[in-house]
Amino acid sequence: MGQATDLGMNRTGIGMAPRLSEAMIRDAEISIPTSGGDGRQIERLRREYVHNAPPIGSTPPPATVKGAAKAGMQMLKGQRPSVFLDKLGERLAFERTGTRLYEALIAKFDELGSWDQGPTRDELVTFHNEELAHFEMVREAIESLGGDPTVVTPSADVTGVTAMGLLQVITDPRTSLTHSLDALLIAELADNDGWQMLIRLADASGQSALSRRFQQALTDEDRHLRSVRAWLNAEMAQDLKGGPHTRKPH
Amino acid sequence: MALDIMKEKGVPLDRQHFSWRDMVRVPFSKLDDDAFTRVRVILMNGIESEAIRFSHASSRMNKDLRLPLAKVRRVEQHQQTMVNWLLPPDQSPLETTIAYEQVAVEVTASVAAHEPDPYLQQVYRYGLLEDFDHLYRYSALMDRIEGKDANNILQSYTDIVPGRPTAEEHRAPEDELRTWYDRKTAAPITKLNALTIMAGEYQTHDYYMHVGPFFADPVARQLYAEIASIEEQHVTQYESIADPDETWMEKWLLHEATEVYNYYSCLQTESNPRIKEIWQRLCDYELGHLHFVMDLYKQVDKRDPAEILPATLPEPIKYESHRDYVREVLSKEMNLRAVGHRFVDGAKEKESDATLAYRKHLNTHGSPSDMVAAGYRWYTGTELGKLARA
Repeated sequence: MGQATDLGMNRTGIGMAPRLSEAMIRDAEISIPTSGGDGRQIERLRREYVHNAPPIGSTPPPATVKGAAKAGMQMLKGQRPSVFLDKLGERLAFERTGTRLYEALIAKFDELGSWDQGPTRDELVTFHNEELAHFEMVREAIESLGGDPTVVTPSADVTGVTAMGLLQVITDPRTSLTHSLDALLIAELADNDGWQMLIRLADASGQSALSRRFQQALTDEDRHLRSVRAWLNAEMAQDLKGGPHTRKPH
Repeated sequence: MALDIMKEKGVPLDRQHFSWRDMVRVPFSKLDDDAFTRVRVILMNGIESEAIRFSHASSRMNKDLRLPLAKVRRVEQHQQTMVNWLLPPDQSPLETTIAYEQVAVEVTASVAAHEPDPYLQQVYRYGLLEDFDHLYRYSALMDRIEGKDANNILQSYTDIVPGRPTAEEHRAPEDELRTWYDRKTAAPITKLNALTIMAGEYQTHDYYMHVGPFFADPVARQLYAEIASIEEQHVTQYESIADPDETWMEKWLLHEATEVYNYYSCLQTESNPRIKEIWQRLCDYELGHLHFVMDLYKQVDKRDPAEILPATLPEPIKYESHRDYVREVLSKEMNLRAVGHRFVDGAKEKESDATLAYRKHLNTHGSPSDMVAAGYRWYTGTELGKLARA
């Protein structure tokens, strides 16, 4: 497999078709729009739909009143429990999808290999296992608060939409390991901030035990983020010198 | 109270108007609305898309009908837009796919349970077990590539377990054609059922053919390719049960009656008031189409529409879980196989050489549906939940 930075016949720019693009630019310059105004009309329509839009969904009450009472929902001092549950649902969905992202990444790694100071298989497997463990940690947290961990909360739903592009990049067999790590970097950045927010929410809700457990997850996520950045920096440095020396793992 | 379609004339065709704002409304909520609201929206999109498809085919073959067909078709186009644009954008193509299969399972089960013709009941139950399996395969795909639980879409109404294995559903065309109902003796509900299910399957085929290439993952691309092929078989099967000797006008009349029947069915159980209002409006519009076509039918075929149409609409489609019904069909009919027009016990009678050769060739490099669901058992909150606790 060649590098994405190898020179080739990319046809998307006007430079590949100078005569055609010259004619095209000339035609556009003399054309007359059929409706007046500018792009701000789009803003007006968007605002109108935003004004009339109901919420994307809601956070359900605890699965059982008994469960909530026994488990400490009332212990969320002075806080609306739905806020915490919504964000816990988001983290749960993100970690679960993150686990699947690492699986697709490991398959790509196994076929394409890595570079000097790039990821090792052991590191990718460790990070995968940590995403899975974080998912389980959040699931237990939701249950301990009397919530239903199978619910897709509004924030979980929205984060799922956000992650679709990342999935598309990483599962595409034509993208390089570097492209996939670029996508993973976005995931790890969001994940890192997500855990920090969850810790603040746990602290504000008087859930100190949960806060301590989440701190451990954040420590893991910090390491993921630093590692992905370092792998990408190493690859770029080697690419600039003529391409990294990719080694197949087998 | 049953709807008297001969008396109820709905909204006349020349008073049926739309604006873009009117068509492009706030979608239903993927999270908060009942799964059967989504099921109804998807089926009605299929019913409308069949109306347009039939109308175009008819227009190519009937020069004198071109203008009236075009007039009704233009309204159907905007009705379909109004309905299909109710799908929310946070519902991914794969989540929508899960919902399509829920439509296939629950609506086909309702139709099979109410179909008076025993042979056609069997046809529906046969197709049902195959779509039921597709739901299981797509659920495995969603779990294993996206880390999402298909039951967030199904809302526990429909089981996620294997049906007739998709890898074994591939059949030669010779074994896909069925015996058609007799236009002169079949009950009206038989004709409405056939059109309803054919419309649903046709849009499912078209949807998979459309969204399959949007997936990056080769596992998804292969699975959509495989299941789209079965949906093409299903369209072939369900198309073949309608009497080919019905006239073009007769078929048009039945299409309009099917639309009225389906909107009326939706109206009976819709829980979202915003969407119920749409079902009511479009039911009234379809009654307008029906009466427009009834008048044409009298002029062109010189026959009385009452010979074909029921005076009152049959019992509506039941938008509810058919879990017990489906389980019974699963327990009794998993081994059925199609040979020519017949359904046979696969343990006693071999499938045709044509089907066996066709299937063997398609599965030469393995079966995507077997691979994606290898060892898969649905588990609440995805199989990762089970793995994390192991």
